[in-house]
Amino acid sequence: MKVGLFIPCYVEQFYPKAAIATLELLEKAGVEVAYPLKQTCCGQPMANSGYEVFGQGASDLFRENFAEFDYVVCPSGSCTLHAKEHILSNKEGEPKLYELCEFMTDVLQVKELKSRFPYKVGLHASCHGLRGLGLARPSELMVPDFNKPLHLLEMVEDIDLVHLARKDECCGFGGTFAVFEEAISVQMGKDRIQDHQEQGVAVITGADMSCLMHLEGLLRRDKSPIKVMHIAEILNGQEPDK
Amino acid sequence: MKAAPTHAAAAAEFLKDSERSHWHDETLWHVRSKRDVSAQKIPEWEQLRTLASQIKDHVLSNLDNLLLQFEKKAQANGIEVLWAKDAQEHNEHVLRILEENQVKQLVKSKSILTEECGLNHFLEDKGYDVVDTDLGERIIQFNKQVPSHIVMPAIHLKKKEIGDIFHEHLGTDAGADDPKYLTEAARQHLRQKFIQAHAAITGVNFGIAETGGFVVCTNEGNADMGTHLADIHIACMGIEKLIPRAADLGVYLRLLARSATGQSITNYTSHFHRPRKGKKMYLILVDNGRTKQLGREDFRNSLKCIRCGACMNTCPIYRRSSGFSYNSTVPGPIGSILSPGMDLNKHSTLPFASTLCGSCSDVCPVKINIHEQLYKWRQVITKEGPPQVSKRWAMRFGGQVMSKPRLFELMGKMARKSLSISPRGFVYNSFNAWGKHRELPEVPKETFKDWYRKNRNHDK
Amino acid sequence: MTSKESILAAIQANKPDLLPLPEQPEFPYDNNLTEQFRQSLALNGGEAREAKSFNDVTDYLETHFRNSQMIVSLSEKVSGNFDVNMADDPRELEHVELAILEGEWGVAENAAIWLPEEKLHHRALPFIAQHLIVLLKKDRLLGNMHEVYTRINVEGPGYGVFIAGPSKTADIEQSLVIGAHGPRSMTVFLMD
Ligand code: SF4
Repeated sequence: MKVGLFIPCYVEQFYPKAAIATLELLEKAGVEVAYPLKQTCCGQPMANSGYEVFGQGASDLFRENFAEFDYVVCPSGSCTLHAKEHILSNKEGEPKLYELCEFMTDVLQVKELKSRFPYKVGLHASCHGLRGLGLARPSELMVPDFNKPLHLLEMVEDIDLVHLARKDECCGFGGTFAVFEEAISVQMGKDRIQDHQEQGVAVITGADMSCLMHLEGLLRRDKSPIKVMHIAEILNGQEPDK
Repeated sequence: MKAAPTHAAAAAEFLKDSERSHWHDETLWHVRSKRDVSAQKIPEWEQLRTLASQIKDHVLSNLDNLLLQFEKKAQANGIEVLWAKDAQEHNEHVLRILEENQVKQLVKSKSILTEECGLNHFLEDKGYDVVDTDLGERIIQFNKQVPSHIVMPAIHLKKKEIGDIFHEHLGTDAGADDPKYLTEAARQHLRQKFIQAHAAITGVNFGIAETGGFVVCTNEGNADMGTHLADIHIACMGIEKLIPRAADLGVYLRLLARSATGQSITNYTSHFHRPRKGKKMYLILVDNGRTKQLGREDFRNSLKCIRCGACMNTCPIYRRSSGFSYNSTVPGPIGSILSPGMDLNKHSTLPFASTLCGSCSDVCPVKINIHEQLYKWRQVITKEGPPQVSKRWAMRFGGQVMSKPRLFELMGKMARKSLSISPRGFVYNSFNAWGKHRELPEVPKETFKDWYRKNRNHDK
Repeated sequence: MTSKESILAAIQANKPDLLPLPEQPEFPYDNNLTEQFRQSLALNGGEAREAKSFNDVTDYLETHFRNSQMIVSLSEKVSGNFDVNMADDPRELEHVELAILEGEWGVAENAAIWLPEEKLHHRALPFIAQHLIVLLKKDRLLGNMHEVYTRINVEGPGYGVFIAGPSKTADIEQSLVIGAHGPRSMTVFLMD
């Protein structure tokens, strides 16, 4: 099994630790992973702003970079979804695209993790992963319950997972929405944080660094002690920043 | 028509009163939660949604024939059927009926279609006193507002404000804000109006093609009070409201009220097939842009909407910005995909008033892919809508950078460098909407690529 | 071209290829009908009572209503004090205190009771009365809406209505108030 690692542009630049954790997690599971150095971005920022056309170059590059792989794994539900819907069209011979958590539960079928994380943790369900990729049962749908990221977190020793009042409300990031609808975006983020805060979490985690970046921005401005960590970092047993 | 204020600006305005915005959010979230509890009780909920969607698929693909079948049946049952291309023609039909029958007093129950057509203003300009009888609608009519929600028209008002409005218009005690007391005052006031009315106007929830009848759902019973006492009943119906068979109601009625408020059904579900003996019943079939929307493949199935309002209650943006921020008759997610089809320039910011979280699509009882249509409208608007030069340039530039790995790395380096050495005041200024309330991420020592080159150097 | 013609022409030009109409579903319902009906009605703001005989209904009337109040009964077994045939115009029903009607079918899942026009005499009756009592035989209870629509002919009467509770509103800050325009209470007697 040849796995290509796709690291979203902003994670590559600003959150290398999440990327490293992703790589190490996959390696620990015995997967042969390569990271094509010529990758940039999936083109989602352009497309979601209504400029799908300008994302074309990025899409072509994506296809080129990953043509040789059986699987492409990406630690972001949102970028995975975009690439799935707009770049790779599930044709024969194309690599299969997976978000990290679903790759671990569905393809690798990970049963145990050797990691420990003795902290109170709130899981933020990022929408694109949740509803677009089906990483968990969205609260609107009346189907049997399941939650892939949570399932993985539950394998971590000593982790204390909290219940949120609104378990899958959007955080308000939404790409360029965060800037063009600044006021609402900020309010949604603050409301989300408050839900976690009321449960006394030390760390907010999730499968999408973009939502966490938005929440982190608010937390740091408020000088809050709450940290954000990508789910890969927790699954990989990393400690929160001091 | 000229552009409305952007959704973002209107939303920011509403959010200034953060206590009210929070209250609005909580109130609607509560409704959404009741919907969840209620839907949970139906084991076949998801099957019903699929059926409801498929039945409407059929309707839209066979609309002309079903309309003809419907009309024929309705006429045979003594209902006079009229057709209206647009809002103007609809309003003129109503006026003509009122004039022909020398109607002086009329009552109206909730109809989003007549809002869409601006019927009240039209009739008021002609000297008619139109009395809205749904309590929420009566409140906002007194307050000279339009509904901020399609199911709960006065959801933006607090009881204290309603108490003030009633004090002014109905003479209730100053400062009294007990909902029971206020509702009783409205009851007494509206009973008089019902007794005096010569004509009653209603909307239509479902038109049944095979029987030529139509169904109206209310909890207050106001549609029935109006129509059963007045001599003339005028029902206004969008052409997409049709269903093929009476039995299809079984599917829709199990979904509608549960999705709307969490009730198992509205307390009154009235089936009209013939006028009362010696009385008259009119039915106006309205297009007003619907056939155009039918022709837009990507947006066609927005016409499946049964106006339950669930997408509003679930929308994290609607809940925090209120219906008025959308500046369109139907607000919220569904409004944001319907309204651009009516007037692209006026409503060009609505499809961007979303994070594309997808909750609307999952909550929708007829499975409209609302968030996907929002995405598609964005693509249309950047091509055909009002020009947005700087955004376009930024996106084009971004696109170029992202397609050239070396350039991407270089730009990243420059950005990281300048971010780490720039003074705060330079980074967090009024041009930086991100930084108004948020920090930018800290710049790490090295990027993942740098790290990878150092630590896993088996790539070229 | 008339508006009708132009609308139909636009539909023909714009509609997609014909998509099939799905079959009517059958969703079996296996809750206890009486108990479920009682719960559903309570949620809608009404009250269900079980009655062994019409005496139970009469007893109820005696304790809850006075003879000086205008009572219309369309049930042969329970008597009112106002003959509805006396009213030509439904507006004359303005002061009816109580209307007693016989339901045709009841739906356990949501407490909706089917009342076709012939069971109402005046369409306005169940709306204009201050209080409403509906008598329903237990063996007329069905599970859900699919079942009831297979049994009724909606087109038969000129008008028919499902009534599932008293008139209510929550338009003021979402607080539930019973008695918006129509009945301030609805009591259903489930008859053996
Ligand atoms: S789009 Fe769907 S959820 Fe929204 S009002 Fe219409 S039917 Fe209800």
